[in-house]
Amino acid sequence: MNKQLKILSRTIFFMFIVLFAAVTTIQVVQADELRANPLNQRTTMNAFRVERGPILAQGTPITQSLPSDDEFLFQRDYPYGPVYAPATGFFSHYQGLTGVESAMNNELSGIGNTQFITRFMRIITGEKPQGSAVELTLNKAVQETAYEAMQGYEGAVVAIDPRDGKILAMVSTPSFDPNALSSNDDLEIIENHRNLEQDPAKPLTNRAIAGDLYHPGSTYKLITAAAALESGKFKPDSEFENELAFTLPNSTAKIENFAQIKCGPDEKVTLETAIVLSCNVPIAEMATQMDENVIPNMAKAFGFEKDLNIPLPVTPSVAPIPMDKAEAAISSIGQLDVRTTPMQMAMVSAGIANGGAVMKPQLINQVIAPNLNVEKSFEAELLNQAVSAETAKQLTDMMVKGVNTAEGAAAMAKIDGVTVAGKTGTAENGLDSQGEPLPYTIWFTGFAPAENPTVAIAVVIEDGGGATHDFVGTSFEIPTYIGKQVMEAVLNQ
Amino acid sequence: MTSTPSFSESITSEGVLDRITALRAPKKLRALELALIIFAFAITAAGVVIVDLTVLDQIGTALVPSGLAFMGAVLVLHFVVRAVATDADPLLIPLATVLSGLGVVQIYRIDVAYKSTGWQATSVRQLVWLTIAVLVASAILLIIRNHMYLFKYTYLTGLGALVLLILPMLPGIGREKHGARVWIEIGEYISFQPGEIAKILLSIFFAGYLIGNREALSMAGKKILGIVFPRGRDLGPLLVFWLASMSVLIFQRDLGTSLLYFGLFLSMLYVATGRTGWLVLGIGLFLFGGIAASQMFDYVNNRFQNWLHPFADPLGTGYQMVQGLFGLANGGIFGTGLGSGFPQDTPLSQSDYILSSLGEELGLIGLFMVLLTYLLLVGRGLRIGFAGQDNFGKLLSVGLAFSLGLQVFIVLGGITRVIPLTGLTAPFMAAGGSSLVSNWIIIALLLRLSNAVRNRPKLVIRA
Repeated sequence: MNKQLKILSRTIFFMFIVLFAAVTTIQVVQADELRANPLNQRTTMNAFRVERGPILAQGTPITQSLPSDDEFLFQRDYPYGPVYAPATGFFSHYQGLTGVESAMNNELSGIGNTQFITRFMRIITGEKPQGSAVELTLNKAVQETAYEAMQGYEGAVVAIDPRDGKILAMVSTPSFDPNALSSNDDLEIIENHRNLEQDPAKPLTNRAIAGDLYHPGSTYKLITAAAALESGKFKPDSEFENELAFTLPNSTAKIENFAQIKCGPDEKVTLETAIVLSCNVPIAEMATQMDENVIPNMAKAFGFEKDLNIPLPVTPSVAPIPMDKAEAAISSIGQLDVRTTPMQMAMVSAGIANGGAVMKPQLINQVIAPNLNVEKSFEAELLNQAVSAETAKQLTDMMVKGVNTAEGAAAMAKIDGVTVAGKTGTAENGLDSQGEPLPYTIWFTGFAPAENPTVAIAVVIEDGGGATHDFVGTSFEIPTYIGKQVMEAVLNQ
Repeated sequence: MTSTPSFSESITSEGVLDRITALRAPKKLRALELALIIFAFAITAAGVVIVDLTVLDQIGTALVPSGLAFMGAVLVLHFVVRAVATDADPLLIPLATVLSGLGVVQIYRIDVAYKSTGWQATSVRQLVWLTIAVLVASAILLIIRNHMYLFKYTYLTGLGALVLLILPMLPGIGREKHGARVWIEIGEYISFQPGEIAKILLSIFFAGYLIGNREALSMAGKKILGIVFPRGRDLGPLLVFWLASMSVLIFQRDLGTSLLYFGLFLSMLYVATGRTGWLVLGIGLFLFGGIAASQMFDYVNNRFQNWLHPFADPLGTGYQMVQGLFGLANGGIFGTGLGSGFPQDTPLSQSDYILSSLGEELGLIGLFMVLLTYLLLVGRGLRIGFAGQDNFGKLLSVGLAFSLGLQVFIVLGGITRVIPLTGLTAPFMAAGGSSLVSNWIIIALLLRLSNAVRNRPKLVIRA
């Protein structure tokens, strides 16, 4: 009987080894992954127990933890209310975390892997846990100017330093006050969150990076032109017939210019003029002379279809390969299935501004431990060399003329003493249930100074500027003027 | 030296004298036992104080009366052992005490989170049940002076086990909880899981039955793939017990108990007969039954689905499993510390999920310690099996020890997704009276059996 007993003892021993292995797998190997699971309430609640680090912009706290008298010991405070909300997000017991509060939660609450040793030392010394400070790349003056300028509109502004990808401003309006979601009163939070969620203006949505994707309209012509120039088949002075309309291949449908007029007074129109005056007919015609995949590939070179984390996740913009020449013509002017985020359009301008090199946009400048050690610092990262420096120069010249010629579409962006490059866009959004056209999405994107750019920008406004503009505001005015103000805020520093 | 020593040489040789090392020394054993019991008390009390200081910032007195009652009962058991089982294994009571104590600490910590006090507090009730359980164990030790007494009633205990298993199915007193119909309720206050006691009666019955019939069951049949299978005509008992386990699964909807009983039966059958064929047949039959049941019954299928894909429905059927995993992850290697985790967020954190709660607050290290304690306890039981002189005692102690080990495996294996989650509770730790009483009875029986092993020869010759 003892022989069987030995085997049985080994079996029991083996069963316990399996248990040891299983527990180790969960508590050590998978632990980080389980802690990061968005369903994990414990992570949020743990974060409430520590003195969470502040979020800074240029050294000033835009989010901080203040002592409170309740069981949570601390209360999250956002001194600037809605201005920085799209970047910081909120930090609540019941509705989870968003924005930087979520993306940098480990650092802010001091539970990241880099802080393991510190954490272990705290267990021994009994010191109160404290999180690290996260400094954003946002520039206070630029962010606040952009936020002010966007009041009354539904839309977004993104400003990037084209040289290194630092995000200088990220505004989405209407915004929300994160203080309303971060109190220690659960019922109040739930009520406030429900109200914000049901608000038809969607204040919780960060339109700059994660809203519904917009049609880029004519701003997409920059990519079409870039593809044409890079292909070698076209030059800025390549000529096209100056027609009133372009009939789509194998179709009776026509593409017309904005306001149904010709593109300038001449018989022929150059590529450059088409971009400066933002004409649809010559661009569509040019698109049909290229392979269907050339323009989408150029879009991808600028970052379309790419998963990007700044570290907030940016919804990838889409530029599918058109099925035929007709679709290619409509896609080339930023309609049909071409959809994008303001962040992506800012990256297009930034890439052109930076000699064709698109830098990865980033929002985190540095992470500073409570003992003032810098745990993580900013490193510029090249996303892709989208076009050659020469093509970038040619595109810049077109955008400069778009701002600086009297009849240029982006003339409102002109700043005295500085050469500004810009491009407007008016995107159609189809028809409503009555068969009337839906209000347009209006755009401006550009950069300054053209010779040595320090800021690239994209502005989007929904619904033609909304009710105050009777839903028919134009891209030449509203977004272009906002773009000018934001660029000025950068240049004035 | 190659020649074997003569008899006269060997009896005086150093070799034999060396091997007669362990002189019976009951007084030393009992002193060791008392010291370890006091150490177990100290661990428990320290745990309660840590919870108090961490969560409430002051030392409470809520557990003092019931805690003293439990400690008193353990001391009573210790003195009963001194009186009627002087040679019993000295580690059994301290190990069971420290497991029970740690269970109380964790249950109390969750009570504090739930703000349950007085008789509402599960920890107070747990301590009262522990007191009862330890006193019952003392009584068993006093009544059963010789384990062979149990052998006489082999078939009566078998019948008793059967009755206990059927009880929850009877209308009127049977009651369903968390989907499993394993409870009986008499009046408003008394509810009990008879299946817990049935576990012990079954071990006694199996031991007695298998010792009586091992000759027939060991008869060889066909040899297939190097494994000798039993003869067809000897399959009766296996099939009968397989059907019994399956009816527990189907009618009481209790996968864990079904698995525990069948595993217990199979392991004892194997130890008694030494036939691997029984194991292969038995495991095959159980797997077949389990898979068939998962196809036919939604609740079994749900268990399987949750096991394979816990995150498929993380807020519905997978909620408990997912929360348990989050809890363990929150604990990590060192644990959050008693009072600093969120074990109360996991459903049934005081009973079925007590090990997950402990893992969260005491971490991997704490859970390893608890597992090692269980392993030590099971090991002590197996030791009695190895050293026992009579087959009935050997088989009974192995059965009891194995049932403890298997139960721990089923419980923690369910939490950690080694096997599908079942409704069993961790022995000694989980909240619940029936389980405590039955597990402390196991301790009483192991004490009795270990005493029998040691008090036979005056000198113990080490193998």
